[in-house]
Amino acid sequence: MDFVKAFIVGGLICVVGQILIDRTSLTPAKILVIFVVTGAVLSALGLYQPLVDFAGGGATVPLTGFGHSLAKGAIEGAKEKGILGAFIGGIKNTAAGISAAILFGYINALIFKPKSK
Amino acid sequence: MSKIKKDYKNIVTQEMPKSKHLKNAIMAFIFGGIICTLGHAINVFGASMWGLDKVDAASLQAIVLVFLGATLTGFGVYDKLGNIAGAGTIVPITGFANSIVAPAMEFKREGLIMGTGAKMFILAGPVLVNGIGASVIIGLIYCFIG
Amino acid sequence: MEKNRTITFKNKPRIVSYASVVGKKEGEGPLKNYFDKVLEDAIWDEDSWEKTERKMFKWVIETAAEKGNIPLKDIDVLIGGDLLNQIISAAFAARDLNMCFLGQYGACSTMAQSLIVGSVLTDGYYFNKVACGASSHFATAERQYRFPLEMGCQRPPTAQRTVTGAGCSILSLHGESNIHITSATIGRIIDWKIDDANNMGAVMAPSAADTLSCHFKNTKTCPEDYDLIITGDLGFHGKELCQKIINEEHGITLGANYTDCGCEIFTKDMGVDCGGSGCGCSASVLNGYLIEEMKKGKYKKILFMSTGALLSPTSSMQNDTIPGIAHCVVIERLEGE
Repeated sequence: MDFVKAFIVGGLICVVGQILIDRTSLTPAKILVIFVVTGAVLSALGLYQPLVDFAGGGATVPLTGFGHSLAKGAIEGAKEKGILGAFIGGIKNTAAGISAAILFGYINALIFKPKSK
Repeated sequence: MSKIKKDYKNIVTQEMPKSKHLKNAIMAFIFGGIICTLGHAINVFGASMWGLDKVDAASLQAIVLVFLGATLTGFGVYDKLGNIAGAGTIVPITGFANSIVAPAMEFKREGLIMGTGAKMFILAGPVLVNGIGASVIIGLIYCFIG
Repeated sequence: MEKNRTITFKNKPRIVSYASVVGKKEGEGPLKNYFDKVLEDAIWDEDSWEKTERKMFKWVIETAAEKGNIPLKDIDVLIGGDLLNQIISAAFAARDLNMCFLGQYGACSTMAQSLIVGSVLTDGYYFNKVACGASSHFATAERQYRFPLEMGCQRPPTAQRTVTGAGCSILSLHGESNIHITSATIGRIIDWKIDDANNMGAVMAPSAADTLSCHFKNTKTCPEDYDLIITGDLGFHGKELCQKIINEEHGITLGANYTDCGCEIFTKDMGVDCGGSGCGCSASVLNGYLIEEMKKGKYKKILFMSTGALLSPTSSMQNDTIPGIAHCVVIERLEGE
């Protein structure tokens, strides 16, 4: 059942992105920015955590989940260490994803060449 | 000013070939759903098999998905998936990986420092800048109000 | 000003030789048998796409010279350009060929622009032999104007595919050829406030209509006087818009003898959305298909037009609207001259 929830919620978040692509002239980069910031703001308002509790991966895998992790980390950091924590928390919480993207990005660039379509 | 010139933008918008909204939405739903379910499975696996706590399981999920997205990009598969899936492969974190790996590969010919190193973030950079920026502001607001 | 836009060439420069090369995908299209060379892959044994495009540019000039038995050193000047920043494909090809060079930038209108400049220079007896060329490459254009190749994003249905291709015509007043350039009309910058960089057809259609109508007026001709009227890279969508605009603004009907290079080089089912685009589109179609069919006698008089959208990634990011331009030349097969 958890997997079905993850599928449906995750799918629906992607559909929102698709509607933005098809109906507006927003570029993919702008859409990703909107998703991350929206996730962060919803998280700060306490609205995103319930979705994560409900859908698991369905809410954490889309980029809104990335925004949520950033905001959640910053808030938790602020709780523990005050202002210093607000600066530390966000990246600390998302470090795995960012570091992985940089490392694998670099490795892939070394190994592969882009192909013309 | 002639009539057609005045209304040109509207005429163009009306007559231009349209994307297939419903088909695109369904594809985005299916592919996005699959990737999220996979992420959820990784999370559950990490928690049950290796006894990871919530934060570590989330990190494992991010690393594995980023690895998959990056590798599929390297093999030249991700852009083909993206052509079909649209936002279904852009919005999940695998799409974030794709947006880093694609320019990293593309600009290797300009060198590993100013090519790969600098251009890696042409698309993901704005995401990190805005996401991290927003999170710090949220944290600071929490400090003063919360 | 309107009157002076049209040049009639008294000495009717000849296209004494021509050559074209295209990429793999273009080589699967309906015009595949007309090109001198179809590349087997996009890289052609080079180590970057930019170098491939340069090699294509160089190749068409050498091949055109060879086909016309013209020693390269007899070519007085190379006139041409491409889509890349600082037109490096053309300039670096000229470097490799050790030629005098007049670089042109007219975005995708470069082929017609080069032909006009070349015709003026030969018609005025300033130069004996002039090579006019243009090139574009899908992969170089994608990375400069759009996204890295491996980015997984959908192209909007109005987008066009940049043609991997190059073409060169060698002009001279003397020679065997009976294919002549007889007149030309220079384009005016037209901007009808389209800012969608993924809809070039709509950007360029008004300029195509403007130059066409001006040309008909100045030469006192009508569309039926030509065996073929062919625009550069308006694509399927832009072609219809061009017909609509020229009809409503000038009362001219473009009928069955009107087509577009971008609609000819690909078919709709090749996954190219609105058709082909790029300097190489009109350059390869002209120097492959069109001149070849004129030689065979299928067409006697054609109106060849290249259309360009004069945007840059910077102007797009600053939300500027996109100016369009179109130049046309009349190419005729004249018997016994």
